[in-house]
Amino acid sequence: MSVLVLSLIVLLSIFAPVVSRYSPDRIDLDSLKMRPGAEHLLGTDNKGRDILSRVLYGGRISISIAISAAVISMGIGLSVGLISGYFAGRIDTFIMAFVDLVLSFPSLLLAIGISILLPPGLYTVMIAIVAVGWASFARIIRGYVLTLRNARYVEAARALGCSNRRILLTHVMPQCIPLLLVMMGMKIGGYIITEASLSFLGLGAQPPTATWGSMINANRTYITSAPWTVFAPGFMIALTSLCFNVLGDSLRDKYGIKVRG
Amino acid sequence: MPGDPVLTMVGERAQPEVIKRIRTELGTDRNLAGQYLGYVNLLLHGEFGRSYYTNRKVFDDLLLKFPNTLRLAACAMVIAVPFGLMFGLISALKRDTWADRLISSISVLGLSVPVFWSGLVIMLFLSLELKLFPPSGTGDMRFLVLPSITLALPAIAAISRMTRTSLIEIFDMPFVKTAKAKGLSEFKINIVHVFRNALIPIVTVIGLDFASYLNGAVLTETIFGWDGIGRFTMEGIIKRDYPVVMGCVIAGTIMFVLINLVVDLLYHYLDPRVRLHENSR
Repeated sequence: MSVLVLSLIVLLSIFAPVVSRYSPDRIDLDSLKMRPGAEHLLGTDNKGRDILSRVLYGGRISISIAISAAVISMGIGLSVGLISGYFAGRIDTFIMAFVDLVLSFPSLLLAIGISILLPPGLYTVMIAIVAVGWASFARIIRGYVLTLRNARYVEAARALGCSNRRILLTHVMPQCIPLLLVMMGMKIGGYIITEASLSFLGLGAQPPTATWGSMINANRTYITSAPWTVFAPGFMIALTSLCFNVLGDSLRDKYGIKVRG
Repeated sequence: MPGDPVLTMVGERAQPEVIKRIRTELGTDRNLAGQYLGYVNLLLHGEFGRSYYTNRKVFDDLLLKFPNTLRLAACAMVIAVPFGLMFGLISALKRDTWADRLISSISVLGLSVPVFWSGLVIMLFLSLELKLFPPSGTGDMRFLVLPSITLALPAIAAISRMTRTSLIEIFDMPFVKTAKAKGLSEFKINIVHVFRNALIPIVTVIGLDFASYLNGAVLTETIFGWDGIGRFTMEGIIKRDYPVVMGCVIAGTIMFVLINLVVDLLYHYLDPRVRLHENSR
C-alpha cells in the first residue's frame, strides 16, 4: 500500500509538466488566492501561482534531496561502520568516539548550524542532513559487523587467505543489506521532515523555487484567508513521510530486524 | 562566509567607511584564526560575547529566555508522558487487536507530521476559528496550551511506540512465565514485572525528547512567537547575529549532554544490573 502511494507521488512529480498545465513559478495577478476549483485544482497562492504545480515540482526537490541524503549517509555510514566493526580495537574506539560526538548534538540544531555556514540552497540542505545522518548508520552497522567478525564463515574465509578487503566486501557487506534497507526506509521519512524544516526556516532552496517546507513558510501569513496554500504542501510532507515510515516498519517486520534510534 | 553580518545590518548601499568601522568594532575584520581564538578566549572566561544588534551579553539573554523554554518543555512533557505511556500500554496489552492497530497507525502518523505544519493547523482551528486560545505570544497558561500540544504530539507517538515495543519484548521473557505460573494477578505481573523491566528504553526516549525541547523547540517557538531559546536562535540566524547563534548552539549542546548524563545515571536506579563503576561492556 505504502509502496503504491509512494510510486504515485514520485510518478506525479516526475510527470509534473504533463499533470499540470501551469508553470510553478508563473505569477498570475488576475487569479490571486483562488479557492481550489476546476481551473486550479488546489487553488492559487497570494501571487496567483498554481498550488498543484508548485506542490508537484516541490516534491521533485524534497523527495530527491531526502533520498540522495539517505543514500550518501548510508554510503559513508556503511564504510565507516564496516571498518570500525571489522578491525575493532583502537580504530574502533577512535571512530566510535567521533560518532558519539556527532550523535550527542541535537540533530536539527546541528543541521541548522551547518546550513548557516554555507550559502543557503539545495546542496546545503543535503550536506546538513548527511553531516548528521551518517553517524547513526555507522553506529548500527558497526554493532552488527562486530557480531559478524567472529562468525564461522568469516573465520573460514580468513583461513583460506582472503584479504581483509575481500572478506569485507564479499562476505560481510552483503549480510548488512537487509539491515541497510530497513534503516533507509526508516530514515528517509525523517529526512523528508528535516528537509522541510530547514526549508521552512529559509535555509533551503531560495525563492521562487518551491519546496514543500518553503511553501508553508511563505504562505503561513495567509493561513486565515487562503488555508489551502498551507494545507496542500503540509499534507504532502505528512503523506510522503508516513509512507516511508510505514515502508520501513514493514521491511523491519519482514526481515525481523530490531533497529532502535 | 555567506551572509556578512555587517552588510545585513547596514544594508548593501552603506558607505564603505561605515562598514569598515562597524567591522572593526565587532571584530569581524580579523582573520578566521584570530576570530576563533578570540571566541575560545571568551568561552574560557565563561562568556558568550555580545549580540551584534542589541550589544547585550548573550549569556544574560540566554538566562532570561531559559525559564520560558523550560516552562514550555515541562508542559509538553506533562501532556506527552502519561498519554504516550497509556497508549503504549493499551497497544501492548491488546496486541494485534483493532485498538492496537489504531494506536499504532496514529503513532506512525504522529511521527510523520512536521510540527511546523501541525502547529499551524492547530493554531488555525483552536485559536483563529474557535478563538479558544491566543494564537501567539508569551505569557500565562493560556499562551502555553497550543505550543505544548504541538510539541507533545510527536513525543506521544514516539513514547507510545517505544513503550509498545519494549513491553512486548518483555512479555515473551521466561520470568514473566514464572510469574504467571506462581499465580500472580494479571495486574501485578504487568505492572511489577513487565513494566519495570521495560522502563529503560522508554526513559531514554523521554529524556531525549525533553533534552531537545530544552534546546528550544526552534520551529514551535518560532510559529507561536514563544520567547524562548528556540526563537532566540532563529532570530540570530536570520539576522546573522553569530554570537547569539553560537551561544545558543553551545548552551543547547551542553544541556543535551547533561540530560543524557542524567538519563544514563537513572539507568542504575531503574535496573540495578546496570553498574556504574565496573566496566560491564
